Amino acid sequence: MEVFINLLVNGVSTGLLIFLLAAGLTLIFGLMSVLNFAHGGLFVWGAFSGAWIFKETNSFLLAIVGAVAVGMVLGWVLERFLIRPVYGNHVRQLLITLGGMLVLSESIKIFWGPNPIRVNLPAWLEGSYQFDGIIIIKYRVFVIVVGLLLYLALWLLLSRTQIGLMIRAGVLDKEMVQALGINVKGLFTFVFLLGAGLAALGGALLAPYSGVVFAEMGMQYAILAFIVVIIGGMGSLQGSALASLIVGVAGAFMAYYMPDLSLALNMLLLAIVLLVKPTGLLGEKGSAV
Amino acid sequence: MSLLKLDNLETYLGQYHILQGVSMSVEEGSITVLFGRNGAGKTTTLRTIMGFNPSTTGSVHYHDQKISGIPTHLISRKGIGYVPENQGMFSALTVEETLNLAKAKSTGETEEKMEWMLELFPDLKKFWSKKSGLLSGGQKQMLAIARAYINGDGLLLIDEPSKGLSPIMVEKLMESILKMKEKTTILLVEQNFLMASEIGDYFYIMDDGKIVHDGSMQDLKEDKESCQKYLGIA
Repeated sequence: MEVFINLLVNGVSTGLLIFLLAAGLTLIFGLMSVLNFAHGGLFVWGAFSGAWIFKETNSFLLAIVGAVAVGMVLGWVLERFLIRPVYGNHVRQLLITLGGMLVLSESIKIFWGPNPIRVNLPAWLEGSYQFDGIIIIKYRVFVIVVGLLLYLALWLLLSRTQIGLMIRAGVLDKEMVQALGINVKGLFTFVFLLGAGLAALGGALLAPYSGVVFAEMGMQYAILAFIVVIIGGMGSLQGSALASLIVGVAGAFMAYYMPDLSLALNMLLLAIVLLVKPTGLLGEKGSAV
Repeated sequence: MSLLKLDNLETYLGQYHILQGVSMSVEEGSITVLFGRNGAGKTTTLRTIMGFNPSTTGSVHYHDQKISGIPTHLISRKGIGYVPENQGMFSALTVEETLNLAKAKSTGETEEKMEWMLELFPDLKKFWSKKSGLLSGGQKQMLAIARAYINGDGLLLIDEPSKGLSPIMVEKLMESILKMKEKTTILLVEQNFLMASEIGDYFYIMDDGKIVHDGSMQDLKEDKESCQKYLGIA
């Protein structure tokens, strides 16, 4: 039972970290039809800048805010100068966002060197909770709470606000949204910044979670996030949340019981979903929520 | 007085030269019908006015202001509502959400407009919480027209509203469009001559990207030769 609960908590917390990365990716794809491979680069910049600010200031809150700000600034530069000129051209988008990913990952080394950096847990999140012999690490609970709150906030944004309504309509028919007087380019930038901020936040939260950050982690997590987005249904926020939890929990159990097969698991899940429901678990044309 | 004026529009779609010097005008408070066979350039004319397919030469003036060359969302904000040929439904949004979205950047008295549309199309009130993708073809068309009117009531561009609808539904819809003339100006693209000729004040006929005939609808109805020549109606 202890092992089961521990694995479950690990899986859910990892899943919610992947969700932070996947949420932006799925919204950007749903609204802008852009497969943004550079998303992992924003995640790794969030991880490094968060770790650095935390080390310099010893304030985890400041580290998170700073990382999100860095992610959003980089996201704005990416959208404005790299992606906007290639809207509607998938081949160019693929090449330019892949290039963006490499540049973002490699440029980390200019600022922080080529070696991995150790990251400590904030003092107030060190330690664990114990119930009946079950030990649950505090930081993982924190990640779960933050992940769930962010999911709720995103859901409320999309389903209860006017800008959310515009985004959902934009996912369905961009042209018609423009014909209603709505500036779709502005909407694109907003969604891109939101996605970039979430990716950077994911990175900043992951840094103390894994205890170490390295430049290549962006690609590693971006691949996971892409798998999650496809399994959940491209453009569906709920689908990404569900798929993140499935991938996170299944990964945690597999790594414990069958570690040799844990790498193949995500590909297997992806293949099964694509065979059974090619649009993804909750994928349906036009359901952003 | 001309509310909308198109002057010598030339529009290309890729390598195809679709509009070849289109000039026309729409009088305020009227229903002007644009006729023509498939592929004549009617839809492209509306899309050029909306800025989706900008013209390479020529101009569009609305209320004597040049609107060609500005982004679509700014054209819409001048009070121009658009109903595309495929209705442009936001299938996962409810009727309520769709109409609320139309109010977002609307010009004029939005609540009044909303009330009037619900009075004109009571089905929309009945299916208020239903997803628009689940509505019938006629209800979708009503929603598309109500959305366009709430968004911009200065001029409505309506592209083939009768397409795919039953004769009873077409009749109902045309009655509603006629009523809307009391409060707005309409540029209607139609292939259904019998129906459109009953509600239109003026007409233009397009062929191969050019305006080949125009005048008052009354004159066209009496001009059997032109009806036969341009519209194939005996």
